[in-house]
Amino acid sequence: MIEMRNISIDFPGVAALKNVNFHVEKGTIHALIGANGAGKSTLMKVLSGAYGHYRGEIYFHGEQAAIRSPKDAKQFGVQMVYQEVDTALIPHLTVGENIMLEQMIHGMGRKQLIHWKQLHKQAADVLANLNVAISTHKRVDELTLAEKQMVLIARAISDQCSCLILDEPTAPLSQTETEELFRLIRLLKKKEVAIIFISHRLPELFAICEEIAVMRNGELVMKEKTALTSPDDVIEQMLGKTLDEQYPSRQPSTGETILEVKNLSDDHMVKNLNIEVRKGEIIGIAGLVGAGKTEICQALFGASLQTSGAIFIRGQKVNIASPTDAVRHGMVLVPEERRKEGMIISESVATNLTVSAMSRFSKLFSFIDFKKEKRAAEDMIQRLGIVTPSAEAKVANLSGGNQQKVVIGKWLLGEADIYIFDEPTKGVDIGAKREIFGLITELAKQGKGVIYASSELADIVGMTDRVYVVYDGEAVKEVPTSSTSEAEILYYSTGGK
Amino acid sequence: MATEQIVTVKKQPVKESFQLFSWFYKYGTLLTIGLLIAVFTWANPAFIEGENIINILRSISIVTIIAIGVTISLAINGFDLSVGSTASLANALVISMFVWYSQNLFVALIAALAAAIAVGAINALLIVKFKIPDMLTTLAMMFIIQGAALTYTKGATITQNMVMPDGSFAAGTISPIFEKIGQVPWIIFVMVAAVVLVHIFLSYTKHGRYMYIIGGNQEAARLSGIPVNKYKVIAYLLSAVCAAVGGTVLAARLMTAEINAGSPYLMDAVAAAFIGFAVFGAGKPNAIGTFIGAVLIGILQNGLVMMSVPYYAMDIVKGAVLAFALGLTYYKQK
Repeated sequence: MIEMRNISIDFPGVAALKNVNFHVEKGTIHALIGANGAGKSTLMKVLSGAYGHYRGEIYFHGEQAAIRSPKDAKQFGVQMVYQEVDTALIPHLTVGENIMLEQMIHGMGRKQLIHWKQLHKQAADVLANLNVAISTHKRVDELTLAEKQMVLIARAISDQCSCLILDEPTAPLSQTETEELFRLIRLLKKKEVAIIFISHRLPELFAICEEIAVMRNGELVMKEKTALTSPDDVIEQMLGKTLDEQYPSRQPSTGETILEVKNLSDDHMVKNLNIEVRKGEIIGIAGLVGAGKTEICQALFGASLQTSGAIFIRGQKVNIASPTDAVRHGMVLVPEERRKEGMIISESVATNLTVSAMSRFSKLFSFIDFKKEKRAAEDMIQRLGIVTPSAEAKVANLSGGNQQKVVIGKWLLGEADIYIFDEPTKGVDIGAKREIFGLITELAKQGKGVIYASSELADIVGMTDRVYVVYDGEAVKEVPTSSTSEAEILYYSTGGK
Repeated sequence: MATEQIVTVKKQPVKESFQLFSWFYKYGTLLTIGLLIAVFTWANPAFIEGENIINILRSISIVTIIAIGVTISLAINGFDLSVGSTASLANALVISMFVWYSQNLFVALIAALAAAIAVGAINALLIVKFKIPDMLTTLAMMFIIQGAALTYTKGATITQNMVMPDGSFAAGTISPIFEKIGQVPWIIFVMVAAVVLVHIFLSYTKHGRYMYIIGGNQEAARLSGIPVNKYKVIAYLLSAVCAAVGGTVLAARLMTAEINAGSPYLMDAVAAAFIGFAVFGAGKPNAIGTFIGAVLIGILQNGLVMMSVPYYAMDIVKGAVLAFALGLTYYKQK
């Protein structure tokens, strides 16, 4: 149905796409996968009209289609749901208005007044079609991440839609929500919609997609029926080399208790949390999306209001009322929403890397030692393999994966004793994921205590020594990782007893 | 998501014109200043004479000092609209200490400083604790302080030998040393000191760096362990102190305390600070940029007077040139 021929696109200094040929058929689900920076988002932005300066041709049903702007693409029914949902939603408008946004802009014709009743009814119909129970009168900024995603998908299909592009739609979704999404995707497939599904989660792609396309360094390196390939092949094509062990092997040698939390509760989610972390140990906080893992991390770090409980670090009772206190006591948090909560987009890579360790780079009267700062930043850039023109380049100009590394690097420079990672592999490709695992293992080896919160149960089992399973804000089960399995953790995290 | 390497530039063929615009972004303000100097000198060669240049520097010194305070509040992504009235209040306090209460220089200056700290503390309290948005807090404070200054002076102009409500004459005199502050060269020295100190503070110290980080992403700053609220308090205190210094210098210049004398400086100061964003392509509030912004405004005002533009038409020309400078700077800039 859609054929993209010899698509090339350049950005100053980088050829982002090199003669890519890509085609999709109606009523099929296509997977598109590749490492961060491989060009999959760029290719999809070309198809959805976000980049108009490509070379090559796009054909629709055999006829050449001049897609140079998002409006052109929408005329052909190409709809894209971006990964960063917040950039596409208007937070202080209602769900209904957000879903019907396109129609409010393009579909009003000569009408000047908005028919509110009709608008909310149409929006509610779309949601009902998706089997999503969100009130259309609710404001979008009151929604969870998963709900926002649903609203965006609802918006995409509310309009004419022949091809739906989903950029990592499942990253913020829980298991049930993901299945919900798959049900919907299959429904759309029956309605002859072509679906392009970008994801880093291989099992998902194999579960739902009929064809899989792999990109590497701006080129399409593989396009194959899913049935005729295997996850190992795909990974090999993605990386251009074979991947051995995904999780680094390690010899856990745990020392004395470094962090002990007794009966910690916060003001809305966390209930009576009791956990303990020893030196050199990686403990897992496992649970489904929305179970309260992020809230636990935030409460431990003093970023939310603690209503009861006590925290002991190295046996000393400490008062952690703010992140400043936590950092002073040697505890740091790598937040889940790294772009929003971890990065200062307008500042340089060096500034971002050294922000939590400024005191080490300042001299008398708090003057900054720029030389020392630059040296430390360059060391960290090298150590983490951050691809940047220089330490002075703004982080806004780096690719997503490299921005992630900057946020993690910031805390490695901070030299803490206790590291809290909240969904550290979210939205990270397989190559970078391994690097992050390596870093975390390295921290444990140095005798740091690591708290690893994730809903990726495979990662929990692969990385941790001990797991606390969280359900509805409560740690319902504690198990040594060596004697458990993904299935068992899943059982507890869905409320099993 | 694979956000590809550098996506700021969209099209290759337009690269040259793009570079031209990025050049404008960096140097647009300076170019405007150059153009203005050329035009004014052509119209009246006296414009470029040393005496007039000193005149311009003197005339912008108060705006610059107040604008530097605004710059600090902008650095944390806040906004201080109360600086004009704070300057008025400081002006009234300083003069009244001399004239009404026959106090010495030291007491007069301390009074202004104390008022500034009080204003900054209230601003910070409302913003940090009550979480009222910066602009609204300082807008409300602008009215309150303006009213407080008016109430304090009972709506009268304070001058030496003024008639007091009881019919007697005010006995106090203003210190001759204080008078010097308002004259060349001291007034210019005070301005330069303010610019240099704040520039060093914002660009070369840990604390300045923290402020920019808070301004860039408050949540990230908080989770990085920066005491965000503390720095917000400091920023509003410094902003108010700068405004009070501006008001004190104004007092020394006028040797009287007229009602709302500081208010007209607010908009010029805000304009200077915003023009400063773009100077040398900094992209964020900075002290040197703010100074250059103030120079632009000062040159404009001075040149227009020399060209005998009637006072009632002055604001039209002033606004138009500002729009031109900013247009040059921001056109095609994302």
